[in-house]
Amino acid sequence: MTFHGITTIRNSDKIISIGAEAVLVKIDWYGLPAIMKIRVRKEYRHPTLDRFLRTKRTISEAKLLMEAHKIGVAVPVLYDVDLKKCTLTMEYIEGVKARNVIDSMEQHELRNLFSTLGYYVGLMHRAGIVHGDLTTSNVLITERGPFLIDFGLGSFSNYLEDRGVDVHLLLRVLESTHYRVAKKAFEYFIEGYRETFPDIVDELLNKVKEIRMRGRYIIRKRT
Amino acid sequence: MVLGIESTAHTFGVGIAAYDANILANENSIYRPTAGGIHPREAAEHHAKVAANVVSRAIEKSGVKLSDIEGIAIALGPGMGPCLRVGATIARALSYKLSVPLIPVNHAIAHFEIARCSTRLFDPLIVFVSGGNTMISAYEEGRYRVFGETLDISLGNCLDTFAREVGLGFPGTPILEKITDKAKEFIELPYTVKGQDLSFSGLLTAALRAVKEGAEIEDISMSIIETAYAMVVEVTERALVHTGKREVVLTGGVARSKRLTEMLKTMVKVHKAKFGVVPPQYAGDNGAMIALTGALELKYGITMELENSFIRPKWRVEQIDIPWYYYYKELR
Repeated sequence: MTFHGITTIRNSDKIISIGAEAVLVKIDWYGLPAIMKIRVRKEYRHPTLDRFLRTKRTISEAKLLMEAHKIGVAVPVLYDVDLKKCTLTMEYIEGVKARNVIDSMEQHELRNLFSTLGYYVGLMHRAGIVHGDLTTSNVLITERGPFLIDFGLGSFSNYLEDRGVDVHLLLRVLESTHYRVAKKAFEYFIEGYRETFPDIVDELLNKVKEIRMRGRYIIRKRT
Repeated sequence: MVLGIESTAHTFGVGIAAYDANILANENSIYRPTAGGIHPREAAEHHAKVAANVVSRAIEKSGVKLSDIEGIAIALGPGMGPCLRVGATIARALSYKLSVPLIPVNHAIAHFEIARCSTRLFDPLIVFVSGGNTMISAYEEGRYRVFGETLDISLGNCLDTFAREVGLGFPGTPILEKITDKAKEFIELPYTVKGQDLSFSGLLTAALRAVKEGAEIEDISMSIIETAYAMVVEVTERALVHTGKREVVLTGGVARSKRLTEMLKTMVKVHKAKFGVVPPQYAGDNGAMIALTGALELKYGITMELENSFIRPKWRVEQIDIPWYYYYKELR
């Protein structure tokens, strides 16, 4: 199979997903199982703009992954960056999406998962990283605990607004997809968050409330 | 038969539509500012001046008798207060005179309905781009949900303002698209996509600054168009993957854009979905779309009392139940 902008995907490589922005392929990286994230060329875009965006986003995601790893958040280890092809190669994480198993979890498992998640997100926020797409599809459950993946919409930011959006997204997905455990799960999440970033918890919760109120899901004021 | 009145911004329009979504009249008069953008009060004065004439033209063209009209649909919002009030006043008077119900219509939803009806794509992801709106929406569980929108100015506003400020005239988008052929170089401008939402104000400021600093106007025109459209297409693509819809329609004034149409078509093809564009006469604001939506609403008993017919300048689409969504299927 060929994609625009890349030359080699071997037959043994397995396409994991084709998203709006990137294609994920499982590959063998010098004997290690790895994931290659390929930001494919978008035919519709002006070529100069296309190259600029793909390069910029590849660099940004690489930096976020490195930084998150450095401060102790469980994320895939970055193996390689190819700016010519706009690809990231990273550790293959063996696990299942949290989304698919949360509803069958025991109370203590739920607590473990969400307090750890809160712990990680607090760490990230304190270090100026926001994930940008914090849903239960972007958390993998593994033997080594939960892993955060896909920093494609992430950014470096210290704005309360951006942090609030992270938490708001998680809460929204809990309420829409995991409504039976949503309340407990969110409590555990905040418990973990409080451990690593206690200073802003109150402010953050207020912000989340505000985002919900103005959210496009209810009525948004346009100014 | 329903008569619909549009007066949310620069257009005063009257349309007449039947329950089978057949459009019998579409008469419009557009206010053109002599300088600058739309001044709401001047636009309202224009509407008041042309209203009687546009209404009688529409009735004449349609060939219907006044006694055939079963409802008066009015776009109560979103839009500019003074403009909305003119349309609402005329609608109230007509409804009272003819003793037929008043039907509240949301302007954005009217753009959605005319697009679905005219393209025959009945369950689409909707890309609504105009001088006042930029929105990616789709129907889910009873209502139109918004999957992405502008956080500040609209796409049309961004391009029109740029064209006006650099002296290219109005309407800006077609003029800008015409001169892009002469562009030599793409110039990098702010590309702002925040999750699913868009922002155009930084792009406009940077483009104007670049012109002031001596960049070629053709180059900047091409770059602002390419950047702005790419933002819209990216968010549309994300929403398409997220919702799993199999159809995409483009509607609103900027739907007349050849380049945006081409870009969306290219993207949609990759996902093997169907693509449609609203016909040019229904792209910009028009009375027909209000009449059509009004007819659908009346079919489902949606009317309002005269004393409750307040204008709704900030009315959002996700506040409205859409019981008629599957009605077109019965028509087929």
